[in-house]
Amino acid sequence: MATTSIAVVDDRLFAAVLARADDALILGHRLSEWCGHAPMLEEDLALANIALDLIGQARLLYEYAATIENAGHTEDDYAYRRDPHQFRNILLVEQPNGDFAHTIIRQYLYSAFAHAFWQAMTSSADAALAAIAAKSVPESAYHLRHAAEWTIRLGDGTEESHRRAQDALDALFPYTGEMFAIPETETDLIVGGILADPATIRPAWTASLDRILAEAGLAKPQSTWMQSGGRRGRHSEHLGHLLAEMQILPRSYPGAIW
Amino acid sequence: MVSTPQPTLRDRAWSAAAAVPDPELPMLTIAELGILRGVELVDRFVEVTITPTYSGCPAMAAIALDIERALHEAGIENTRIRLVLAPAWTTDWLTDEARAKLARNGIAPPGARGSNCLFDNTPVPCPRCESNATERIAEFGATACKSIWRCTACREPFDHFKCH
Repeated sequence: MATTSIAVVDDRLFAAVLARADDALILGHRLSEWCGHAPMLEEDLALANIALDLIGQARLLYEYAATIENAGHTEDDYAYRRDPHQFRNILLVEQPNGDFAHTIIRQYLYSAFAHAFWQAMTSSADAALAAIAAKSVPESAYHLRHAAEWTIRLGDGTEESHRRAQDALDALFPYTGEMFAIPETETDLIVGGILADPATIRPAWTASLDRILAEAGLAKPQSTWMQSGGRRGRHSEHLGHLLAEMQILPRSYPGAIW
Repeated sequence: MVSTPQPTLRDRAWSAAAAVPDPELPMLTIAELGILRGVELVDRFVEVTITPTYSGCPAMAAIALDIERALHEAGIENTRIRLVLAPAWTTDWLTDEARAKLARNGIAPPGARGSNCLFDNTPVPCPRCESNATERIAEFGATACKSIWRCTACREPFDHFKCH
């Protein structure tokens, strides 16, 4: 068994599925870093549970990606034997946990998108993706409610919690543009009804933000400049550190099972 | 052919698989939970079809092993497990008997079958004193399928099997 990285095929549907799997895996891993460290027991359980859902979604997507690629790769190969530039997740999900406010705001921004995305994907022309979407909709609904309630609690809490929530929102908002950008490689998939058109998802995302941020007393950043690069494999330095920790065991002990 | 032993084998296999308890909710079987979707004879194999409750449910591997062991103990070899995602599992599939068992074991069952109980804010009655004076402590509990509640009447904390 080789410790080396794998090469993956260049296929549009495969790449699109892999990108969504990477989103779920990387955010799930980030949340799992809170396990044993969350500010209270209930949140320790909540973040670990949400991480479990996301890693479960990632596994379903990787399994489907493996059948599309048909190159003998497994879900573990995609997670553990690719280098940072081969990951296609959006930059938002790899951002460090920071304080609890950063984790919650990151989670809220993603969940508000993911819930609308998976709802739209239940009518995908691709039956496998529609099935994964149907599994993900109720899960992401719970994720969204959890993150939205905490966003309100932090924003409308103490002066300190408000300041931290606003700082987090200001820092993370520029990473939201990637959720709605359409890579050139995905236009055909959208036209074919396989991928949801981000333009149809944005209204639900915007409506959620307007409502929740108003209730939280948080100011929506006005900046329109957005970070990008994740879908092309251009990542922040944080992904390399995350992968180093996530991949060290299978890369050090190839084929190890327990 | 006038008769074959196949229906008997299929029925025996169903009974064995249906009796497998859920590892995390051992008062319920995988049939009562709606995880067991079918048992068929395919190419000389007994094929058991199951579906996950949650995408990341860590119990699926244990459930698959438990099914294989149960079939083996029933004298059935050549088994295989098939995992399906569609139609997506829902708490609507819990039988009334399963709901009653949950309540008897101190777990408030999910909302009525067929209702749109996700986030509709209907009260969750206390499984011990049946009071509606209850409040949610945490959205996520000891397993993915449960949230943590408390009863302000009898003051007991309890698990709620979330609507899904």
